[in-house]
Amino acid sequence: MPDASNNISVESRIKGDVREAVRHDSAEKHVAGTAIYIDDMAPPKDLLHVYIAMSTRANARITRLELGRVRSAPGVEIVLAAEDIPGKNDYSPIAGDDPVFADGEVFYIGQPLFAVAADSIEAGRAAAGLAVIEYEDRQPVVTIADARAAASVLECVEPMRLGDAQAALNNAANRISGKCNIGGQDHFYLEGQVALALPKEDGDVHVYSSTQNPTEGQHVVARVLGKQQNDVVVELRRMGGGFGGKETQPSLFAAIASLVAVKTGRPAKVCLDRDDDMIMTGKRHDFEIEYDIGFKDDGEIEGAAVTLESRCGYSADLSSAINDRAMFHADNAYFLNNAEIQSHRYRTHTVSNTAFRGFGGPQGMMAIECALDAVAFQIGADPLDVRLRNLYARPGRDMTPYGQVVEDSVARELMEELAANAQYRSRRAEIAEFNRCNKVLKKGISLTPVKFGISFTTTHLNQAGALVHVYTDGSVHLNHGGTEMGQGLMVKVAQIVAHEFQIDLGRIKISATVTDKVPNTSATAASSGSDINGMAAREAARTIKGRLASFAAEKYRCAPNEVVFRNNSVHAGEQCISFNDLVKAAYFARISLSSTGYYRTPKIHYDRAKQKGRPFFYYAYGAAVSEVVIDTLTGENRVLRVDILHDVGRPLNPAVDLGQIEGGFIQGLGWLTTEELVFDDAGALKTHAPSTYKIPTCSDRPDIMNIEIWEKGENIEESIHKSKAVGEPPLMLAISAFSALSWAVAAAGDGKAAPRLNAPATPEEILRAVDDVRRRATEV
Amino acid sequence: MTDTIRFVLDGKVQEAHGVDPTRTVLQYLREDLRRTGTKEGCAEGDCGACTVVVGELQGGVVVYKTINACIAFLPILDGKELITVESLSADGALHPVQQAMVDCHGSQCGFCTPGFVMSLFAHYENQADGETATVCDALAGNLCRCTGYGPILAAARRMHELPQAPLRGKMPDTITRLKKLQRTNDLALSFTCPLTGTVKRYVAPHSIESLALLVAEYKDATLVAGATDVGLWVTKQHRVLETMISLGDVRELKTITEKNGALEIGAMVTYSDAINALREWNSDIGELIRRIGSVQIRNSGTIGGNIANGSPIGDIMPAFIAAGATLTLRSGAKSREIPLEDYFIAYGKQDLRPGEFVEKVNLPPAAKNLFYRVYKLSKRFDQDISAVCGAFAFHMKDDVIIDARIAFGGMAETPKRAAACEAALTRAKWSQETVLLAASALETDFAPISDMRASAAYRLKSAKNLIMKTFLEWEGHERTRVLDMKATANA
Ligand SMILES: Cc1cc2nc3c(=O)[nH]c(=O)nc-3n(C[C@@H](O)[C@@H](O)[C@H](O)COP(=O)(O)OP(=O)(O)OC[C@H]3O[C@@H](n4cnc5c(N)ncnc54)[C@H](O)[C@@H]3O)c2cc1C
Ligand code: FES
Ligand code: FES
Repeated sequence: MPDASNNISVESRIKGDVREAVRHDSAEKHVAGTAIYIDDMAPPKDLLHVYIAMSTRANARITRLELGRVRSAPGVEIVLAAEDIPGKNDYSPIAGDDPVFADGEVFYIGQPLFAVAADSIEAGRAAAGLAVIEYEDRQPVVTIADARAAASVLECVEPMRLGDAQAALNNAANRISGKCNIGGQDHFYLEGQVALALPKEDGDVHVYSSTQNPTEGQHVVARVLGKQQNDVVVELRRMGGGFGGKETQPSLFAAIASLVAVKTGRPAKVCLDRDDDMIMTGKRHDFEIEYDIGFKDDGEIEGAAVTLESRCGYSADLSSAINDRAMFHADNAYFLNNAEIQSHRYRTHTVSNTAFRGFGGPQGMMAIECALDAVAFQIGADPLDVRLRNLYARPGRDMTPYGQVVEDSVARELMEELAANAQYRSRRAEIAEFNRCNKVLKKGISLTPVKFGISFTTTHLNQAGALVHVYTDGSVHLNHGGTEMGQGLMVKVAQIVAHEFQIDLGRIKISATVTDKVPNTSATAASSGSDINGMAAREAARTIKGRLASFAAEKYRCAPNEVVFRNNSVHAGEQCISFNDLVKAAYFARISLSSTGYYRTPKIHYDRAKQKGRPFFYYAYGAAVSEVVIDTLTGENRVLRVDILHDVGRPLNPAVDLGQIEGGFIQGLGWLTTEELVFDDAGALKTHAPSTYKIPTCSDRPDIMNIEIWEKGENIEESIHKSKAVGEPPLMLAISAFSALSWAVAAAGDGKAAPRLNAPATPEEILRAVDDVRRRATEV
Repeated sequence: MTDTIRFVLDGKVQEAHGVDPTRTVLQYLREDLRRTGTKEGCAEGDCGACTVVVGELQGGVVVYKTINACIAFLPILDGKELITVESLSADGALHPVQQAMVDCHGSQCGFCTPGFVMSLFAHYENQADGETATVCDALAGNLCRCTGYGPILAAARRMHELPQAPLRGKMPDTITRLKKLQRTNDLALSFTCPLTGTVKRYVAPHSIESLALLVAEYKDATLVAGATDVGLWVTKQHRVLETMISLGDVRELKTITEKNGALEIGAMVTYSDAINALREWNSDIGELIRRIGSVQIRNSGTIGGNIANGSPIGDIMPAFIAAGATLTLRSGAKSREIPLEDYFIAYGKQDLRPGEFVEKVNLPPAAKNLFYRVYKLSKRFDQDISAVCGAFAFHMKDDVIIDARIAFGGMAETPKRAAACEAALTRAKWSQETVLLAASALETDFAPISDMRASAAYRLKSAKNLIMKTFLEWEGHERTRVLDMKATANA
């Protein structure tokens, strides 16, 4: 296929080419308030508002559920419960264990019991309160500790093994073990879960759903309605944030809205308020991690045993893959020599935990980063040196515990460059001095790397489709399976298509993701959005371009490879013609101007039974230095400065990428510091609104924040324009802040006892850790 | 026209007639006017997605303030100008604030963006600077989950570099329009819920006398000041309020008077209106107010409402009790004055008699020998309810404490003085030893509870440590506050 345009990308002058820092396609609409989210759509006539009633018990049998008074309440059109589901009462992504409405039993507080469709949400809510519900309670399993004690296991998996960890540990010169508890995290997308279903003829339904996974929404709606997949269309222009929280869970709301629409023939909307959203939907898994590390006197790891325990909630959801990814990242960027990584996945009577940016990776990474800090503390070394000593390196030190060879490690280069730019070493010395002089406030600094595997670890998901139409005026309609949640996917893919056709970005129409244009798509997740959809869209564009090139070659009598697309024009031998004119001519010559495109990620495979394979196409890297200060009297703390160097390969859009890096870091910082999910003993979430659940605000952003895209970055694999995925990896840069907080706690004990800090490092947790380290410091 | 709410929107007078008085500005905008640029992210005043700007005539110019439309009842718009995100680019061109947000990549998913735009717009109108600290304060009530805020801070600087947009508050048109809307009669609304038949009444008296009469007449009416508590009863607890008396138009309650260093703060004085005077009184109180809620909350919420609400975790109470404040309560034409601490009888029970209302709160002058500190401990610095709020007022003679007043929030079922702790310190020499004695006395004073904000152990421990902190600060240790810290400079 002719692709001369690739050679001229550097001097290309189209507007909005790849690598340009083009603004988000909806930026003007965002600021003017004209970007339309689902709840903003003009309400269709006769719209019903759906209120979902929830279980107030974590583990119980429903002994009575009387809805008569609900049905007869003013304003109520229909009330639906388990028995009203024509198809299967299940909205799960995989395991078949997520009932739309509870059927005789409840397994978490917040589980949907029934839905009330009414003329207004107030009427629906008020009516729902009239239900008579009685339960027979059973003891709930709420925490990881409860689940461990009750052996309440969701799934058993083989450990990952490299060499002989136990022997290495037994023979190691030094050995250290420790634990860390890591709290979960609510997604807190600003736009809550929402779905609007429109009834169509033949009982079909068209659903607007705020989802990262329209295809799954379509499948689930069909399953619940007892219909074929082709009876359902799911559409989404944009989400007000997703972060993984809209990967599987929107199906529930799409299904309920669809049920109402199909049963009543009226449009129906489910739009959760914040409390219901936070109570009803899953979160990042909380983990308890344990490590046992054998190491040489210089801190080089000889063997590592890591145990990862997680709270999965009442059902499987994506917990399997999430915990797998935690295992895949328990090495982070380090060669473990001999390793055994175990994973315990507990079933609890809490909401089913789900995907969240990083997808288990962050928790896995925390294990090894905590361990390396412990090693550095033990030998009195600069933790950066310990980290550098243990990085993957070729050859010989490049085998991961899951059998993939790390071929592309750039962690050392990144870390050394960052350490120099940020003057890590001199600042660390000054901080030690500060800590000697100050009693109340203590500082800490830390530099940690990120190595994040890119691809869905469930291999079959690594496929994508696109649909491109060129209209006779040369304007282009672009569609693909990816969804826009703010991450800038749409503009990136449009840039790729603009580049391919060599036409200005403004000529390309970005359109809503919809299941009847591109079918059988994967969720926009695993940071893969632009990697796979970009490739598929390029494929589609190339097909059309190939046809145009052949046509031009024939028309202007030159070889097809002499046809060059450049800056809104097409050069064919001696001839130069505008893209638009060529398109029009091609139309009259009856050349097809529409094409699908398809992509599947090469090279990847994984054998879960053996825990070996190559799950990842490549790795994305980054590194961050954080400096923090803590108050040893109150536990209050602040991140004072952050320096980040991040590898996005060759960026598709540096502005969008920087946004992902900064946003990811701050979100990670929230996870590790202020965001605390509190469940009571009965299993009720007590922090279900921003009044009690604190995500970072503007002033939590460090005063100094230097973020750079690594200039030398380049993907060694054939990724789209040599770029690297950027959605998730930066979140884990925030581990540097947690590590720095740990070192500040250590300083509070004058370095005499190892810090034992858990996440989130709230003021309370820091004060506890300070008192603990001081107590142990006086004991030695 | 006492039963019609009238306000200016996009240069025209908008009338709302026959509306539910507890309908929020947000519902009205999104559902009735179909102006959906303003978003709902929480319906409790905590995320800022619903931020709109309200203009009010003050001394011949229009002063613009942000509020949370999600918890503001529609009647508060009466006589004011409402500006929403749609208003800014009504003529098709982006306002510099919007343009700067675009230029700086200040939006990702865009859902928080209209709220940020409105907060920045108010900042722009008020000609505040682009310094990071100032901007962070202006934006503390706006949550963004996507950007990490950097690009938004950049936009706040950038907006001042773009060609200036005319300031609306100075436009004669706006001023004339608003003047016309000022009413002499009281807004009085009555609404029958079509679904339940409940009748809701709302009246906004203009003078303290008519307020007193109304309060005496409607003994179970809900008084509404800034509605930053009351609003949530409706939007979060879904309570139905039948009779409401608004204090918003009562001129006498909006004044703050200073006499020889003493302050009298009318019950309708908002945090924003009081912050400068209070900062003058003591910088720590100023800093405390800066951290109460957000600009949006402080623009609506009142000090009187915080006290009247009587929450054990309200911040004003410990700060003011330690400062020796008194409360003036009024019934009919009669007023009585009580020490502030005496107002709080038990959880949810205040010394407010039927027919009575809070008229003002009085702060004595800050004596020369006063050493005063107040600390607010919370998971997050901005826009967070305190786990513990501790306030310390010591009258010193050299290093002897002649008089100690210590009060805490978050430590008991009401805001409360620490009697045993005070006793341990009064007439004592201020030293490490007395600190330790006073700290252990706190165990007699308080048996705090555990909840989602903090455990009992943390509350007690940190409260004790605050006594140490106060001492260290009195001794002159400078570095005791993380908020004052800067990063280590490059070598
Ligand atoms: C997002 C958010 C953040 C907040 N952050 C903080 C914080 O950091 N610290 C803090 O302390 N508080 C905080 N608050 C609560 C605080 O805003 C309120 O307590 C406020 O001060 C109450 O004043 P108001 O004018 O809004 O009162 P309203 O809500 O109007 O009324 C509150 C109560 O007082 C009664 N009342 C009001 N005025 C009188 C009067 N004159 N006489 C008798 N009764 C009266 C009302 O009937 C009602 O019971 C926050 C609230 C929100 C929504
Ligand atoms: S919607 Fe969150 S503050 Fe109003
Ligand atoms: S841009 Fe998504 S929440 Fe701010």
